[in-house]
Order: sequence, then structure tokens, then C-alpha cells
Amino acid sequence: MAAKRDIKEKGIQWLFVGVGMASLTLLTMIMIFLFMEGLPIFSKVSVGDFVFGKLWYPTYDPPDFGILPLIVASVAVTAVSSFIAIPLGVMTAIYLAEIASSRMREIVKPVVELLAAIPSVVIGFFGMVVIAPFIQELFNIPTGLNLFNASLMLAFMSVPTICSLSEDAIFSVPVELKEASLALGATHWETIHRVTLPAALSGISTSVILGMSRAMGETMVVLMVAGGAAMLPGSIFDPVRPMPASIAAEMAEAPFRGDHYYALFATGIVLFLFTLAFNIVADYISHRYKQVGAATL
Amino acid sequence: MAQNHSQNPPGAPKGIAGAAAAGKESALSELLGAAMRAKRKASQGFAFSLFKIAAVINASALGLLLFFLIKNGYSAISWEFLSQAPSQSMTQGGILPCIVGTVSLAVGAMLFAFPIGVASGIYLSEYAKPGKFLRIVRLGINNLAGVPSVVFGLFGLAFFVIYLNMGVSILAGSLTLGMLTLPVVISATEEALRSVPSTYREASLGLGATKWQTTWRVVLPAALPGVLTGGILGLSRAAGETAPIMFTAAVFFTPHLPKSVFDQVMALPYHIYVLATAGTFIEQTRPLQYGTAIVLITLVLGMNLVAIIYRTHLRKKR
Repeated sequence: MAAKRDIKEKGIQWLFVGVGMASLTLLTMIMIFLFMEGLPIFSKVSVGDFVFGKLWYPTYDPPDFGILPLIVASVAVTAVSSFIAIPLGVMTAIYLAEIASSRMREIVKPVVELLAAIPSVVIGFFGMVVIAPFIQELFNIPTGLNLFNASLMLAFMSVPTICSLSEDAIFSVPVELKEASLALGATHWETIHRVTLPAALSGISTSVILGMSRAMGETMVVLMVAGGAAMLPGSIFDPVRPMPASIAAEMAEAPFRGDHYYALFATGIVLFLFTLAFNIVADYISHRYKQVGAATL
Repeated sequence: MAQNHSQNPPGAPKGIAGAAAAGKESALSELLGAAMRAKRKASQGFAFSLFKIAAVINASALGLLLFFLIKNGYSAISWEFLSQAPSQSMTQGGILPCIVGTVSLAVGAMLFAFPIGVASGIYLSEYAKPGKFLRIVRLGINNLAGVPSVVFGLFGLAFFVIYLNMGVSILAGSLTLGMLTLPVVISATEEALRSVPSTYREASLGLGATKWQTTWRVVLPAALPGVLTGGILGLSRAAGETAPIMFTAAVFFTPHLPKSVFDQVMALPYHIYVLATAGTFIEQTRPLQYGTAIVLITLVLGMNLVAIIYRTHLRKKR
């Protein structure tokens, strides 16, 4: 009886270990299939020409498969959106964790969560029909669908990520640290920026990197709002074509297992590696500089 | 948090120095102290109002978005809009096939992601021992959560649609969306299980129950509301995603409602995208685009609101 029970327990335990690995397995499979469908393009163009080529004319004859404009566009929208999202997200997090009354918290926190839940296609639609005409008129430029507009919309998608993770980090700073600072005569604000924020820095950095990763991988917003021109941008009001937009827009018309199809999967590989790098750095920071308590500081 | 810590430091030492020294000097330093205090207080006030403004900007972004959608789209919403198929090259009629498509895709995704996600959450919270292996498993989950949605679409196309020969279908789309929502379910489950007091487990184990009996009969029922919240969040996430279904499930138009899991479907998010960017009559279908956006956002935010309210309720009960 006891032996049978033990065997069953062991079996169940191994079952859970197996299921626990599902995510890892799926991640590996994503990599394998991306590479399987993407690598054949490199028999036509070298990796260097692909990544650093300045011309993306996949449907021309002969075609040009250089994704530098797409990479630059992705990096540019991510960078500009971070300029908006990082201050906004971190400041809102400080407000929620340190300043807001519990009543305000109960209102603002769900608002941030709902902001995170809005489908990206709706944000893209909003950027297209409301923000684009507004920007076009305000700055008197030929099109409102451009790098700036896309960055603005992306910022509002990464703010919730940055805000809620930063808030957790700020919230988990040991209360002894704050009390010590207050007891030395520091004001609440001095305590926040000299004690609490430095102590929460690793958590805040992690949140910022994850927010940027989300902005870079976001598809629908840049597909609908960025303007779609596969050229190196000269100003933040130029239309651009980030990597996800290019993949989403062209996959439908790319001939199955043709060069264009392979090139789009290879673009997917580059995009995947970018976000993978972001996530691994975030993971590294959060483990390396883990907040465990007052003793670590 | 308490806010009244700013009245602290005494500007000058009193008492000890004695009455003899107390004169001009002390009065001056007191004055300086008061000026310092005022300055520090002002900088605190300035910083705090900045933070408050940031929070207000976020809230007003949500408000602005909802305001414009509702203002421009409410007139499109009618019973016909919700219950009819599109007609006249999409310029007339409703979005019933899109609603049916989105619901079947989201439910299909959860049929796949919910059991696996809950089991993964149980593993992480109840069975896993800290160490290198767990670190790698977590890295896998975090990175899966960070994979761009369009990459999920590419994988779904390469694996489900082509390699497993499912074709562009509800099945392929559901599986792709299921992968995307897996991390949502896992983290919600893990959090719910971890918040079950360890005394529950100890009591059950002390009565002679095995680990699995404890998990199944004691821990899981106690955590069930939190786990279900994760399920709702996963459902809403799956309903709102566009890029993963673009190559795996969604089409611009189908004349019939789907009959099997191998049929292609229309879906709300994809419908908005296509009507707004690629339709033949972009301007004429504008009200329909707004209407579809309202329906989608009501569906998604509605589910989220239910989850948020439910969770706040649960936290208060504890």
C-alpha cells in the first residue's frame, strides 16, 4: 500500500517537472522553427549584407534584402518611446508606492492595469484616426503617421509594464531603511531620492528594460502608425518601418518559401534575438542585484 | 504612507550651550534653519506634484482613448451591428462573425493554456526546489513572456499551419494564442498558490496525506479564485491579440460562420486592422471601425475589470 502510494507520488512529481518545462520547450521550438525558415536566405545574401544593407526592396527584380532601415527604425521608436515612458512610468510608480493615499491608489492602480490591457490594435487605431491628424496639423508636416506618433503610442504600452514592476521594487524596500533616514531628519522626498530609489534601483532597471523590450516587439502599433517607409529616418517626424511592421505587412503576400518569405523569417530572428537579449539582461540584473533585505545594502 | 516628517531638524542646538552664548548667533542660525526647511519643503512639494502629474497623465490617456472611441463609435452600435454579418463590401451590416471568431479563438487558447499553465504554476510553487534547474525553467517562462507577438505568429505559421498541416484555422490560431497566454496563467497560478498559508499544507501533511493529496484537495481549492482570475486575464489577452492570428487563423471575410476547428475565421482585432488600413472604403467604414473597436474593448476591459475587482475583493478578505 505504502509502496504503491510512493510510486504514484513519484510519478505525479515527474509529471509536474515535465509540464514545468513546457515553456522552455516552446521557447526552444520557436527558436528552431525561426532558424529553419529563416536561415535559407543567407545562401542568397551574406549575414553582413542582410543586417547592414541599407536597401529593403524585397519585391524588386533583383531584390534587395538589407534590413538596416528596419533595425534602425525599431531601435529609434524604442528609444524615443523610452524617453517618454521611463519618466512617466517611474514617476507614477513612486507616486503609487510612496505618496498616494490608499484611496488614490485604489483608483490609479486599476487604471494602469486597464491601460496595460488595451488591445494593441485599438491603440494603433487611436493613433491613426485621432493622434495622426492632430500631430500633422500641430507640427505642419506631410503625414502624422511617423516615428514620433508611433513612439508616443508605444510609450503608453510600456508605461504600465514599467510602472507596475517599479512599484513592486519600490514597495519592497525594507521599511527600516526609510525609518532610519527619516529619523536622521531627512524629509520624505529626501528619503525617497537618496534612500528608497537607490535601494530599488535594480528592480526599476529591470522594469525599464522589460518595458523597452515590450516596445520593440510590439507589432500592431508600429504597423498602423509608424508610416511604413523602409528608409533610414532623418528626423523624428519621418515615416519609418520597424521590423515587426515589416514582417506583419509583407508575410501575407510573400510567396511561400520564396526568398522574401525566408528574409521575413530572418528578420524575425533578428527581432527575437533583440528581445531575448533585453530579457536576459533584465533577468541578470534582477538576480545579480537582488533585494533580499536591509543586510544586502 | 505617512507624510508629516518634514518638520524635523532643529535649526540650532539649544539648551546645552547655555544662556550665555544665546544671542545674535543663535537667532541667525535659527533664521538660516528656517530658510533651509522652507527650501527643502518646497523641493519636496515640487517633486511630489510632478509625480502626481505623471499619474494624472496616465489616467487621462486612458480616459482620452475611451472618450474618443465612444464619442465616435456609439452611434454604430446597435442590435443589428452585433447580430448580422457584414454586407455590401463591408460598408453595411454587422460584425457577428468576428465576435464568434474571437470568442472561439480565445476559448480555444485557454483550453490549451489553462491546464498547462496551472500545472506549471503548481510545479513552481509546490514541487520545484531552488537551484540551477529552476533558474533555467524561470528564464524560459520569462523569455516566453517577452517573445514579440509577431514572432509567435511566424512560429504558428511555420509549425502549426505548415509543419503540422493544420492550415489557416481556428485550431492553429488557438494554439498560437495559447502559447502567448501561457505565462499569464502560470504567474497568476503561482501567485495564488503561494498566498495559501503554509499552515494549510502542514495540517494536511500532518494528517498523513501525501504531497499530491495535499496539493489537490487543500492547496488548490484554497487558491482557486486566484487561479480563475489568471484564466480570465489569459482569455482577455488572447481576445485582444492581432499579430499572432494574422498568419494562422484570421481572414478578411468568410461568407459563413465557422463550422469546425479547421475553418478560417474573422476576428475583431483583425477586422479593425483590415478595415482601417487595407479596405477599399476606408472612409465609409470608419463608423464600423469605431464600433468594432468599442465591442473589442468592452469585451477585453470588461473581463479585466471583473478580474481586478474580484482580486481586490479576495485580498481584502485575507
